[in-house]
Amino acid sequence: MSTASDDTLAPHGLPDGLHDGLHDAGFIAGLRQQMVKFARLHLQDAHLAEDAVQEALVGAWQGSERFSGRSAFKTWVFAILKHKVADVLRHKQRVVDAGSLLKTAEDQSLDDFFDERGHWLADGRPEGWQAPETSLGQQQFWAVLEVCLDGMPAAQARVFMMREFMGFETDEICQTVGVSSANFFVLMHRARLRLRECLNLRWFAAGAPRQGA
Amino acid sequence: MALPKLMLNCAEATRLLSEGQDRELPRGERTVLRVHTWMCSGCRNFGEQLGFLRQATRAYARGEGDQGDDPKP
Repeated sequence: MSTASDDTLAPHGLPDGLHDGLHDAGFIAGLRQQMVKFARLHLQDAHLAEDAVQEALVGAWQGSERFSGRSAFKTWVFAILKHKVADVLRHKQRVVDAGSLLKTAEDQSLDDFFDERGHWLADGRPEGWQAPETSLGQQQFWAVLEVCLDGMPAAQARVFMMREFMGFETDEICQTVGVSSANFFVLMHRARLRLRECLNLRWFAAGAPRQGA
Repeated sequence: MALPKLMLNCAEATRLLSEGQDRELPRGERTVLRVHTWMCSGCRNFGEQLGFLRQATRAYARGEGDQGDDPKP
């Protein structure tokens, strides 16, 4: 991220008191720029894009004290933004070529993982990971995790991150997001299946982790 | 789950394993789950890996991913 060259990058309408690790005008400006670009691309409307970005940033700020990492915060902010953009698109009934963005939990069947009798598909059956904790000390692992989190569909990402990044309880999430607990469990199930599979594919089964100290 | 089932399939078992991370499972569900994972290595591994997923994502949220802990040899 480029750092701010001067003080004219005042974020519009953002609350004061940024959490320490995120307290950098350059970081916020860069993040905002990426968000606007993303929102404009999908909404094809500068005003709608600005509104969506503002709402997403304000929404993300409400939980920002729980983050000390920029990567995680960025992932979280984009999850909210993606969800907001999807909402706008649904209301405007515009057809945009952002397939994964518009899919809801119901569209993502378990066919990717299980056969018609509910058994693991041959290639998908989880094999054991040897001492996965050792991966937490490897920088490349975090890059892979970020890729996997970024690939999570918006509806799943929103609730998953509220639960796993921010530690909200299930009923808090359901109330805040406006989802039934049944749908919440469905979303989390799918999110975890995909995330586990992504990490397996890109890291554990790919022979990446160094075993032992 | 609406009806008590004795035998779970893997889609159901992974669903219960996932829910166990977000709510307390009553004894009946824990029991059928244990029976399944005792017999099914895929779901047993899935259950273990769920714990790691939680550990990793929480560490990521805390910013541990930004620090590049281990220097490359």
